[in-house]
Amino acid sequence: MNALEDRLSRFSTPDLKPPVLPDADVAYALHDTAIGTLLLAVAHGRVVASSFGDEETITGRLARAVSPRVLRQPRALDAVRGELDEYLAGERQEFTVQVDLALATPFQQLVLSDLRTHTSYGATKSYGELAGEIDRPKAARAVGTALGANPVCVLLPCHRIIGSSGSLTGYAGGLDAKRYLLNLEKKRTRSA
Amino acid sequence: MVVMTVGLPPFQALVDAHWRDVARLARALAGPVDGDDVAQRAWEKAFAAYPGLTSAKNLRSWLLTITARCATDVHRARKPQRPLDDAPAVAVDGPDAAAWPDPNLWQAVNELPERQRYAITLKYVGDLDHHGVAAALDTTPAASRRLVSDALATLRRTLGVDA
Repeated sequence: MNALEDRLSRFSTPDLKPPVLPDADVAYALHDTAIGTLLLAVAHGRVVASSFGDEETITGRLARAVSPRVLRQPRALDAVRGELDEYLAGERQEFTVQVDLALATPFQQLVLSDLRTHTSYGATKSYGELAGEIDRPKAARAVGTALGANPVCVLLPCHRIIGSSGSLTGYAGGLDAKRYLLNLEKKRTRSA
Repeated sequence: MVVMTVGLPPFQALVDAHWRDVARLARALAGPVDGDDVAQRAWEKAFAAYPGLTSAKNLRSWLLTITARCATDVHRARKPQRPLDDAPAVAVDGPDAAAWPDPNLWQAVNELPERQRYAITLKYVGDLDHHGVAAALDTTPAASRRLVSDALATLRRTLGVDA
């Protein structure tokens, strides 16, 4: 590039302003909690993600599954963030925000959609027991995989499902996070 | 639910990657005051049109094309407000260059014919190739090449040999 072209390309002015955009079809925010950073996302007023996954991966999947108009708009997450904080402070046992399993496969939806009725606050259940309750008695392993892919962690309490031996087995947010949630619920149930 | 087959990235990724480029191009094309308005409009248009895109290729070029068109719209909307008798000898179509970095250069750019001014701004501030410039100006890459080389020749004459 010669001197003139170089001068043209160096054009700059200070204080550029980022755009202000309308409400996204999918609004998301990163929320730091005691169990790690959660990517929270809502679409049409329903929670479509509460995930430990990384921003690029999860927003990419939301763009494909729901709408590519995905924007970081934290205000839209106020309700779910508030309920999560209350839950993590031990001040809430049930969530009232609606959930949408747009990121789940049909089998994952089968496993996850009624998880709240199959589990209760402060109690655990084994993968095999849950498999039996949803009429897939031989599918304990597949049920475990579906729970591991839960796109709406904590709100859909996959952390309450553990190995039949009592071992915690696994959790998207790490075993420490799972242990934290189970201890939190146990403590609150005992003190209630 | 609409399942996207073209695999468009989340709009936030476009904003994060390109908002500075859009803002910079908008100011270079429309000036410091109108430029921010042009950039804002361009993003609103892009946001509205985004789900209908049939290809995820050249999204940066697509955004800068929208920005150039919004700059043209603002420019056209302003024109009738200027009484012809009062038109100054020097073109006021372009941005007010006096307050900018490298004012001599940008004053000279502003005096170029409109299409040439757009072409070199898209090429060098927008960092587009001639295909991108041509798309933004609704013309051919060959025509873009001519517009840019004519503009550079004029600028060299105006600014002196070692410009």
